[in-house]
Amino acid sequence: MSHPQGQIGIYIHWPFCLAKCPYCDFNSHIREGVDDQAWQEGYIKTLDHYAAQMPGRTVRSVFFGGGTPSLMKPSVVESILERIQKNWRIANDIEITLEANPTSVEADKFVAFRAAGVNRVSLGVQSLNDDDLKFLGREHNAAEALKAIDIARENFERYSFDLIYARPDQTLAQWEAELRSALPHINGHMSLYQLTIERRTPFYMAHARGEFAIPKDDLAADFYTLTQEIMSAEGLPAYEVSNHVAPNQESAHNMIYWRYGDYIGAGPGAHGRLTINGQKHATREHSAPEIWLEKAGANGQAAHEYEPLSADERFMEALMMGLRLAEGVSKAALEREGECMLEDKTDRAKLDELKAQGWLTETDTHIKLEVEGLLRLNAIVPHILK
Amino acid sequence: MSKPLEHIRNFAIIAHIDHGKSTLADRLIQTCGGLEEREMTQQVLDNTDIERERGITIKAQTVRLEYTAKDGITYQLNLMDTPGHVDFSYEVSRSLASCEGSLLVVDSTQGVEAQTLANVYMAMENDHEIMPVINKIDLPSADINAARTEIEDVIGLDASDAVPCSGKTGAGIPDLLEAIVTRLPPPHGGDHDAPTKALLVDSWYDIYLGVVVLVRVIDGTLRKNQKIKFMSNGATRTVDRVGMFTPKHVLLDELGPGEMGFITASIKDISETNVGDTITDEKNPCSEKLKGFKPSIPMVFCSFYPADAGDFEKLRESLGKVRLNDASLHYETESSQALGLGFRCGFLGLLHMEIIQERLDREFDLDLIPTAPSVVYKINMTNGEQITLYNPVDMPEVQKIESIEEPWIKATILVPDEFLGGLLQLCQDRRGVQIELTYVGGRAMLVYRLPLNEVVFDFYDRLKSISKGYASFDYELDGYGENNLVKLEIRVNEEPVDALAMIVHRESAEARGRGMCERLKDLIPRQMFKIAIQAAIGGKIIARENVSAMRKDVTAKCYGGDITRKKKLLEKQKKGKAKMRQYGNVEIPQSAFIAALKMGDD
Repeated sequence: MSHPQGQIGIYIHWPFCLAKCPYCDFNSHIREGVDDQAWQEGYIKTLDHYAAQMPGRTVRSVFFGGGTPSLMKPSVVESILERIQKNWRIANDIEITLEANPTSVEADKFVAFRAAGVNRVSLGVQSLNDDDLKFLGREHNAAEALKAIDIARENFERYSFDLIYARPDQTLAQWEAELRSALPHINGHMSLYQLTIERRTPFYMAHARGEFAIPKDDLAADFYTLTQEIMSAEGLPAYEVSNHVAPNQESAHNMIYWRYGDYIGAGPGAHGRLTINGQKHATREHSAPEIWLEKAGANGQAAHEYEPLSADERFMEALMMGLRLAEGVSKAALEREGECMLEDKTDRAKLDELKAQGWLTETDTHIKLEVEGLLRLNAIVPHILK
Repeated sequence: MSKPLEHIRNFAIIAHIDHGKSTLADRLIQTCGGLEEREMTQQVLDNTDIERERGITIKAQTVRLEYTAKDGITYQLNLMDTPGHVDFSYEVSRSLASCEGSLLVVDSTQGVEAQTLANVYMAMENDHEIMPVINKIDLPSADINAARTEIEDVIGLDASDAVPCSGKTGAGIPDLLEAIVTRLPPPHGGDHDAPTKALLVDSWYDIYLGVVVLVRVIDGTLRKNQKIKFMSNGATRTVDRVGMFTPKHVLLDELGPGEMGFITASIKDISETNVGDTITDEKNPCSEKLKGFKPSIPMVFCSFYPADAGDFEKLRESLGKVRLNDASLHYETESSQALGLGFRCGFLGLLHMEIIQERLDREFDLDLIPTAPSVVYKINMTNGEQITLYNPVDMPEVQKIESIEEPWIKATILVPDEFLGGLLQLCQDRRGVQIELTYVGGRAMLVYRLPLNEVVFDFYDRLKSISKGYASFDYELDGYGENNLVKLEIRVNEEPVDALAMIVHRESAEARGRGMCERLKDLIPRQMFKIAIQAAIGGKIIARENVSAMRKDVTAKCYGGDITRKKKLLEKQKKGKAKMRQYGNVEIPQSAFIAALKMGDD
């Protein structure tokens, strides 16, 4: 079977953490004693299940996310990768990323992860300021983080790390100093996230109670534009709202999401987008680790949701993901997903108005947002949709 | 056979809200055996929940009581419970016209209030014998002598033989009943053999009986199967039931001169039965109508919009049901750019408006957005035409207007001395013209002429807040007067917001416009583009505010696991767009306009 986007990504969700960070709303759990063998079996059966559904595809990327996948036994990672290799064709330039906490314990496992097949790590550094790391509930300090980066550099040809900015009481000058201090440690890719208060997190209640405030409106915008200026000047412009990169160092896996390609999501709460017999489906696996493990262990079928996506939904998803990219969204892709012309589902007058405003540009093939547009992405998408 | 006139007493009870009118009426009914103790719910005469809760009577009610007096004669007492508010003053006057006497009930702990005054004067105009009754004497703070003095000083009635009593305990009730037969006059005139002539006192819709018409027979009789005619509109009907209330329905063969009761005549629509109309025999009509008939004219207008646009049909249905029982409610469909589809409604006054709104909310479970109330203006055009303006939106172009007239009221306010200064200021601010300022005991009585427009807004709330609730207020309409009035328009991104248009005095236009602009500035959430809010008179901008453009609204993290959630949010936003109103290049949530309308003027 031929696929317009051919190559797929595989996301593996490891749902366990040693401690929950107060800002994080991901599907993560704290458990004493995880049965590695059982989990390995669960992932393998799940991958077999998906392989039966979408055979013959080429895997461009694998991403171990979480939770804290650096807590996984390297042998489990290795078995999973072996099974992927067995089930599908593998792209020559396959990218295999693992998210890691920059603690000394986890950094010590990097050699083993490298040996298992991982070729890229993404480190959750979050801050290079010890007080802020404490506020963010992280287990590491700044010195440990820098050490972990060094170990990553020694073991992987590619790595990335994250910083969270626009923190409570942070000034623009403080952030600039911190960001500049991080620059020497960058190796072609970096994620810079503004702190977001998510529902169902400890921060949400604390923030609602007024225990702290985060920059909003104008100041938040100033933080963003300052960050863009610094990073662009360093040759690391944003290729996505919060991701910066040197030429050709994009995360291939994340690009699949943003270009609205196909990806398998295996593991508790993992989402997927799978084209099966020409119909794109949205999948979500059971979120509770124990339920997931029971279902996956039995027959590899742990999907809790399995929904065919309508043309309307696909158009919307492709648009909101694609507009996050500096390259913009492909008009051909939109029209293919939406089974319509661009103007059937977007308001041409509004597109033109945004163009006149300088927030949006349009080429023969793409529409894309300029910085001022990216800053207002959440408002622009519903605005231009019919 | 009808009762001889001299054995009938028809009387009304006049009282301020909360002065115990209904409790007293209940006690009279019970004492005369109309209801057993176990059948008494509190305030049996007030039928609707709102009437009971707010202590006001909207519909007139009568009860026929049998009272055997000390002279050994059994009298027929017809107790009339009149509507108790100025908005229903016409209805009150017709109720009073059906009686010969009134009990003036004054709370012995409160004294005379403004509203009492208006009704007493109305009773006087109807040539009533007025008998003061001092109620609530069971309360520790009762001061019978002070109440007497107030009745004499404020109203000018001799209160030396006022009857002290307590509706609650029943104390003094026998004296009161005896006083009713000895001191109030029987119906006068009344010819049993003359052509039928009856006063239509009130009417209401009953789901079992259709429209029930409350009547007072002047001459002749009303009988079952009689063909009758309503003289105001010429409608003819056949009487199918004649009866009285005890307060239970009791059917009778006929109603004779001087008597009160009800008839039904297969009437479906209450608008056929006009309060104050004369009912006569179709074949043998009386020669003259009764005096004093007036069709009901709405004085205060506002629009109701359903908070949920999907409720529009339900609102239409509900208004129809309310109107079944309230012919004075006027309404018609209206379309607003800001608020969608709704109804422009006309009311007798502010209280009437409140009652209707509350009924829609309570009985029909409708969440309503009322626009600011406005009054009916008369616009004199340069071409000599006069236009009646019911909605500020319909104001003609300024160039074509010669002058604008607005309705005025004469307001009577009774207020404890310590709050007088604040109230004088309030009346002054509202363009009031002082007519009278007198002192009665520790209280001042203010009489002011005020534009109704200034009163419909939030005058009553301000009055209550300035006086800590102690001031009482009543008003009567007092003609139209020319004034320097302008239409104040609120614009968002250069486009007028119809629901916020108002007519104001030129001098207060700027303050009102600035206030509304500031309020909207706080209520309208930041949008992608800058929003200009302006207040304008004609083409002239008198106030402006800006809502600056939102600078940042973007999700920091959005990966493969976030798509579904984001899409759902987007779908919700798209649905929410239905509730957004387009002004220039921005969409403004309807909720902002609703909030602007809900906030009072401060």
